[in-house]
Amino acid sequence: MIIIGERINGMFKDIARAIKEKDAKVIQEWARKQEENGAHYLDINVGPSSPAPVEAMKWLVEVTQEVTDLPLCLDSTKYDAIEEGLKLCKRPAMINSVPAIQSKMERVFSMAAQYDAEVIGLAMSEEGIPKDADSRVALAAELVANAMAFDISPDRLYIDPLVLPCNVAQDHGPEVLRTLREIKLISDPSPKTVVGLSNVSQGTKNRELINRVFAVMAMSHGLDAGIVDACDDELMAAVATARILLNMDIYCDSYIDVFKKSNR
Amino acid sequence: MAVEILKEKYRSKVGEVVLGATKEQGGTRSHTITVGGESTLPFLHFEGEVPHRPVVAMEILDMAPEDWHPCFKQYFGDVYDDPAAWAKKCVEQYGADLIQIRLRSADPDFKDSSPEDCAAVVKKVLEAVGVPLIVIGCGKPEKDSTIFPVVAEAAAGENLLLGVAELENYKAITSACMAHQHNIIAQSPIDINICKQLNILIAEMSTAMVNRIVIDPTIAALGYGIEYSYSIMERASNGALQGDKMLAMPMIGNIGAEAWRAKEANISAEDEPGWGEQEERGIMWESTTAMAYLQSGMNILVMRHPRSVELIKGQIDDLMKDNSY
Repeated sequence: MIIIGERINGMFKDIARAIKEKDAKVIQEWARKQEENGAHYLDINVGPSSPAPVEAMKWLVEVTQEVTDLPLCLDSTKYDAIEEGLKLCKRPAMINSVPAIQSKMERVFSMAAQYDAEVIGLAMSEEGIPKDADSRVALAAELVANAMAFDISPDRLYIDPLVLPCNVAQDHGPEVLRTLREIKLISDPSPKTVVGLSNVSQGTKNRELINRVFAVMAMSHGLDAGIVDACDDELMAAVATARILLNMDIYCDSYIDVFKKSNR
Repeated sequence: MAVEILKEKYRSKVGEVVLGATKEQGGTRSHTITVGGESTLPFLHFEGEVPHRPVVAMEILDMAPEDWHPCFKQYFGDVYDDPAAWAKKCVEQYGADLIQIRLRSADPDFKDSSPEDCAAVVKKVLEAVGVPLIVIGCGKPEKDSTIFPVVAEAAAGENLLLGVAELENYKAITSACMAHQHNIIAQSPIDINICKQLNILIAEMSTAMVNRIVIDPTIAALGYGIEYSYSIMERASNGALQGDKMLAMPMIGNIGAEAWRAKEANISAEDEPGWGEQEERGIMWESTTAMAYLQSGMNILVMRHPRSVELIKGQIDDLMKDNSY
């Protein structure tokens, strides 16, 4: 599983404060910590309450890139902020995200083609998040078709089937897992898949345990990437172990360390 | 209608290791040899690059080999007691690409030669031939750990390939290679997991060593488990091509030693009348074993019989012909 570190996000109080006070150290510390623990990408999100999202995104991209060469995953619903961020990225980035809504797909996929970015596509439309796997797969197919119209290969697209908290939408769990498998049949090459892992445990006790268990379940259904807490050692160990059990990496005694260094 | 050729695309390739050093590079070799670098499975030139041909090393010892079949006497009998002359004969008369010398005399059960004696022999062989050299210890870890530092220092600059490092016994030889910039043979007992772990441990001692490791997966002769070695080599190659850096090293195998241990290579025609003449049978046993390992992705074949070497070098010529389309 490709690890997209979730921590540089204005939803966290320390990040929100760092953005407000332009305290680069806090951001850079999290960038380093996530990279050291094995993140392959770093998610960059200015948070929902930023008064100047474009400026904040530019600043976050700049200060993060001062300490890491990891590719970034620019996370915003404000596409102008993403576009300004893309201009500053040293390596091709990932756009997070676009729903299967025509006007938004056109805006995002044209931007992705221009900046050679990968895209996270959400399996949701104007009507919201579907209840079952079939409707999710239909929306995923729409995302793939639209990406291809902009000459973006399906394997540059990460479909997020959208995970809901298990304490409020328990019936979504198996539907998400089935969606992960069926998305692979949409095209050749197949689109990739991603989940925002921590969503599954929102509002629960045992958050970390639920995240870890769901991560390995999703991997066994073919999940390619996750936006996760890369500093959760047990999660990283579980992911490394799942890769061994799925025969994705060749076993050796140091396999957990090897996985954590696979981003270098 | 045109047929669309399906080609596998790989993410990565096998690393390259350079053996030997010329005068300009601080050594005394007439040329260097580079192995590895494949970006596809063996000899699929139509699918990727096979930039360097596999090479054949001939094996010699630093003492007369009492356990070799008498049929070798006609080729090497006159030089058995002179490793330098033996090496020279292998290169000049029999076309060896490299020489592998095994320091058997250091074994306490044989002559218990001192590290300094071993270093002197290595120096003599280096003077006698211009090809890169592979140096193997006596196989007793305690003794070998005293030999490697001395040999490595005496041959500093020559960019030797030193062996063997094993999981329980890799630190002394790795340190010797790090200190004097030699390459290392990492040997694992037909076990892909240990193979990878050993490479990791060596790399942890020095990241620069990653480009100096040659994997010895431990091989078996035809009829003695060749398929196990093959499957390990195949997994390592596939791992390398898919981006597993800790398996992306060239491979070496002691084909001569294994093939000539087989009953089929040694038993006389009198004892087994249906099997045909012994020497020809032995040559075929070694050559067939070598052929299988060429197809398994072996980069350095260590061989024994001059005729087998000739046959396999011809085979490598054929396999290296471009088959891309």
